[in-house]
Amino acid sequence: MKKIEVLGTGCKKCTTTAEQIETIAQELGVEVDVAKVTDPAAIMGYQVMSTPAVAIDGKLAHSGSVPDRHKIESMLQG
Amino acid sequence: MLDVFTWFANWLVYELGGLDPASKLGTSVHFFVEDTTKIFALLVVMIYIIALMRASLNLERVRHYIQQKNRLAGYGFGAGFGAITPFCSCSSIPLFLGFTSAGIPLGITMAFLFTSPIINEVAVIMLWSLLGWEFTLVYITIGMAVGIGGGMLLDAVRGERWLKDFAAKAYQQAAENPADNQPQGETPKLTLKDRHEFARDELKEIVGRIWKWVIIGVGLGAALHGFVPDGWFADNLGSGQWWNVPVAVLAGLPLYSNATGVIPIMESLILKGLPVGTTLAFCMSTVAASFPEFIMLKQVMQWRLLAIIFVILLANFMVVGWLINLLSPWLFSGRF
Repeated sequence: MKKIEVLGTGCKKCTTTAEQIETIAQELGVEVDVAKVTDPAAIMGYQVMSTPAVAIDGKLAHSGSVPDRHKIESMLQG
Repeated sequence: MLDVFTWFANWLVYELGGLDPASKLGTSVHFFVEDTTKIFALLVVMIYIIALMRASLNLERVRHYIQQKNRLAGYGFGAGFGAITPFCSCSSIPLFLGFTSAGIPLGITMAFLFTSPIINEVAVIMLWSLLGWEFTLVYITIGMAVGIGGGMLLDAVRGERWLKDFAAKAYQQAAENPADNQPQGETPKLTLKDRHEFARDELKEIVGRIWKWVIIGVGLGAALHGFVPDGWFADNLGSGQWWNVPVAVLAGLPLYSNATGVIPIMESLILKGLPVGTTLAFCMSTVAASFPEFIMLKQVMQWRLLAIIFVILLANFMVVGWLINLLSPWLFSGRF
């Protein structure tokens, strides 16, 4: 089970990111636990400056945009 | 070159549509058609070209660059990067914390955030095409001045005292123990293809976000243009008494728009004889002092600091308004 955190202070792009990750994970049959992190202090902890960002198992994997399908697939499979 | 849009509007509205060029409706529709076609054509071309050029600019590099500067230059660079860095307002908070936890003074970070909504490529393109380059230069100058002045004032009152605890702690740690925030790894060299893809995505994203604003803004501008008689503002609101400016700033406050929506309205207001400084004060207040933004900043600041920022911004807008009203006969050589 991969623990996935979508970091962002709650704009629409963050929601889209979380939804897309869930959809694609389901398609690939990867078990994921997707959580949205909106707490500014937690986001600061990841040293992220542009959101939405994605952390997988506590490690930053992407930041600054809604990741495209290709990127999400490689994150989930990596 | 831009005449082509006037011809197109002439043809579409007066010849094909059969509207009377002397009627209120005819003038309004013509204004709308000419401005929307012109703005969209320019936006598509210019956003793409600008995005090609700035594809390699990211916040990590900007932060590193600002950190290298001395304090005084920092305000200028903060405001300057606020103007050119692609950045979504929903990233305000992470950006604020990223800068603060790197030990960048509050005033410099806020100079970035103040300037960011006022100056961006879309605003500049629209101003240039609707009101000419002199006006655009004045706009950029005062946008930067509002950012730099606001930032300096915040540091002068030691605003960092009223950050939320966790943010204040992060700032203090960075100040005591400056870490090198050199962006990790080599910045990958971008190929032309990478740049094209970035620019294409930017274009889609920006146009997708602002097209409604353009239409609403131009629509309101067109209605003003056609239905408000020339000189109406001068007759009814007074022409340039000192109190016009604060009234304009207060009127802009509850309105929340981005620069894209306001600029076509500005054009109409100025053409109808509202003094330029008063118009600019109204516009800045609408664009840069928005409640949603302030509520967001509440996550990292105490009320007291928010209130101070608010007052500083409003004061800046008023000073700008008065100053430009005073100077406008020289600045625009009587054009407005």
